[in-house]
Amino acid sequence: MFALEMKGITKEFPGVRALDNVTFSVRKGEIHALCGENGAGKSTLMKILSGVYPHNSYSGQIYINGKEAEFKSIKESQEAGVGIIYQELALVEEMSVAENLFLSHDLMRQKIVNWNKIYSEAKKKLAEIGLNIDPQVKVGDLTVGKQQLVEIAKALTKKTEILILDEPTAALTESDVKVLINLLNDLRDQGVTCIYISHKLGEVLELADTVTILRDGKTISTELIKDMTEQKIVSKMVGRDLTELFPYEPHAIGRENVLEVIDYSFTDESGKKLISDVSFRLRRGEILGFSGLMGAGRSELFVSLFGGLKGKKKGSVLIEGTKKNITQPSNAIKHGMAYVSEDRKRYGLVLGMEITKNTTLAALNKVMKFKVIDAALEVKNATMVTDKMKLKAPNLETKVGQLSGGNQQKVVLSKWLMNNPKILILDEPTRGIDVGAKYEIYKIINELAKEGVGIVIISSELPEVMGMSDRIIVMSEGKITGEFLRAHATQEKIMTCATGGKQNEQSTSIG
Amino acid sequence: MNSPLPSAKGESGKQPKLTFKLDLQAYTLIIALVLIAVIFSIFTGGEFLSSRNISNLFTQMSVIAVLAIGMTLIIVAGHIDLSVGSLVGLLGGIAAILQVWHGWGTIPVIIVTVIAGALLGLWQGWWIAYRAVPAFIVTLGGMLVFRGILIGISKGQTVAPMNETFKQIGNSYLPYVLGYILAVISIALLIYGTYRNRFKRKQLGLVIPAGIIDYGKVSLYSFFILLATYMLNRYLGIPVPIFIVIVLAAIFIFISNKTAFGRYVYAIGGNQEAAALSGINIKWNTLWVFITMGALAGIGGILLTSRLNAATVSAGDMYELDAIAACVIGGTSLMGGKGRITGALIGALIMASIDNGMSIMNIEAFWQYIVKGLILILAVWVDISSKK
Repeated sequence: MFALEMKGITKEFPGVRALDNVTFSVRKGEIHALCGENGAGKSTLMKILSGVYPHNSYSGQIYINGKEAEFKSIKESQEAGVGIIYQELALVEEMSVAENLFLSHDLMRQKIVNWNKIYSEAKKKLAEIGLNIDPQVKVGDLTVGKQQLVEIAKALTKKTEILILDEPTAALTESDVKVLINLLNDLRDQGVTCIYISHKLGEVLELADTVTILRDGKTISTELIKDMTEQKIVSKMVGRDLTELFPYEPHAIGRENVLEVIDYSFTDESGKKLISDVSFRLRRGEILGFSGLMGAGRSELFVSLFGGLKGKKKGSVLIEGTKKNITQPSNAIKHGMAYVSEDRKRYGLVLGMEITKNTTLAALNKVMKFKVIDAALEVKNATMVTDKMKLKAPNLETKVGQLSGGNQQKVVLSKWLMNNPKILILDEPTRGIDVGAKYEIYKIINELAKEGVGIVIISSELPEVMGMSDRIIVMSEGKITGEFLRAHATQEKIMTCATGGKQNEQSTSIG
Repeated sequence: MNSPLPSAKGESGKQPKLTFKLDLQAYTLIIALVLIAVIFSIFTGGEFLSSRNISNLFTQMSVIAVLAIGMTLIIVAGHIDLSVGSLVGLLGGIAAILQVWHGWGTIPVIIVTVIAGALLGLWQGWWIAYRAVPAFIVTLGGMLVFRGILIGISKGQTVAPMNETFKQIGNSYLPYVLGYILAVISIALLIYGTYRNRFKRKQLGLVIPAGIIDYGKVSLYSFFILLATYMLNRYLGIPVPIFIVIVLAAIFIFISNKTAFGRYVYAIGGNQEAAALSGINIKWNTLWVFITMGALAGIGGILLTSRLNAATVSAGDMYELDAIAACVIGGTSLMGGKGRITGALIGALIMASIDNGMSIMNIEAFWQYIVKGLILILAVWVDISSKK
């Protein structure tokens, strides 16, 4: 009994065959994971299923509950019971939860809208998925995790039989992920079929019943989850065996502190205390992991240290032993700091600019002679640093917006390495990047640590922090709640500290 | 994105498609311009392309062209300036009042007018950069404020006549010989620049377009430079206003491509947050964009007052829209981050050609508004649909 069958799907874009004779069958009421590297064709396949690419723009057949479907628009697919939730949420932030839920629903299409009915219906829908929020609250005031759940509730207001989730947990914290996983399990019990696209294989193994793996636009295989392991999925995705996910290499850690932060507090412009009394130090060549739940203040700590946030600071910051007053990013850059943000498209890159120009943005003075940009020198430096990153691009004049996520991240890294930083802060360095590129980025991190760069990795993925760091600091609500050496860290200990647990005080804290 | 991509080094000659595609967009503008010229020549019995008219056309477009140069930077930075028309009027008025009522010499008048323009730009830039008031609002306010000041200080009168030397700025011509010398020098620079660029790119192992494309372009441009110089010399020579435009354009093309300020303006317009975290001082650079615009408006005001030999209260009315239209037709994106000064100049020429051609054809003025408005919409539509 298949809820969905896609047979012989081939889709071509000018110059590229994105999908090549793909077969994809989903049984009714199962959670079916769709895995593959970026560019493997997952999103294209789902866009065909949801009618974004209309019938006739591809070849092959789609059967829903055994009946052939020819969707010419998103609306037609919705009417057939296909609901899709994209990685980038499609909610109107300025509208209330209830308005969002019923935005394109019949209840809104009345001559006179019955608001009471909408609010009560919304309340009911939210309760059904176990979300206890006021339907009159503005969506923009909710956390990203809650917004994601609202998005699911919205899909369920229409008679959705096949729910597609594209990287739903990319921006969620561990605890929000738990809520989401519980919800999806409930939905499965109610008979909703779910297609789950994710890079996080841990979740896939925990949640899904079946997995289909795509590579280079082709179906590699469909397997039952109980027969699979993370290693097996990864090797099918990349087409080769990755010996390990985190290529940590033991390396020498220097004695001297490149960065020392003492009793640092930060209050933002609205008077909210985001960071209180944080002290830590980073040694030359050390990889220091920062773990914690979303909203724990990790990004705020480092963005404010970098001079990128407005507000009041207290405490002292020492770089290589001397006290520094950093009020704006240019100060931080001058003192050898580099910050790779968690959202590279928003904070890291000028997407419409060429690779070369992006790489020199923070180091323009290095390619200028007599205040004039030397194009030859600029290209030379850009080539040098992007070669080191093993950047793959048609040429260095390609617009950054045309690169894949992994390559974009390499451009951001290139930009900062152009300055030869002493302190490199990486905020979610591998978010939304496929396995192969992740591995390369980890390699680069190791390489830089060996060269003596002090590295901070902020990550919401526990395995990543634990797999890459020499030492791990855990934060909760703007404070440091735990600190562990690599050898002593366990998921349990970190999670306890991250949720604000107090028992860490007598544990392995090494101050 | 699916196929394995070649390494970043890029073996030469692998991507001829890319460069060709980029050029195509630049060519659409030139094709449009040629088309307009051909149509008007036919309807005016060749009068449109006569030496005298080309000379007039260039002189007419000069003020808008000067404004469009500054407007390109403003729009690329992600802002807009609605006040430039009033600014040109006010600054032209200040120049006239200083000279006619207070008897100042031409050179001090020029200096003070340009400085006054820069200061007014500073005023607007300060609100926009340091007080975070949207440029649309600040310059909409400026549009009224500056026009009001002009009416106030000129007491609603036309201020005239200017000194003979001041009149020369907008109404004289370069000697024939000098015109040809300048044409030859610019062609020589063009050839040398192209050669040097190709040589450097080859050294760095970058993609270089086939020689025939590059040097074909150079020959084509050289031909047009010579043709334009010849045509203008057949009448009275290269008009000084257009010479000023060319010099300013050269300076600002250099600034936008070769200086940190220029690069930062594009980065800020492309992604302000990323630019800020890269250590770029957003406020300072934004402020300077508006100071620059003010100074250019000062030059525009001087040209206008000089050409008209008077300052009137309505001088420069609606010039902001012509300048913005010139930029947009020239491919500058109102979203910021993208745009070229050469494009804006061609845009200004297209707008001026439509005005001029329709005037020769004795088409009533209301049609000019309608046609210009439609062309603006059409140009943006072509730009958007060509990207798909």
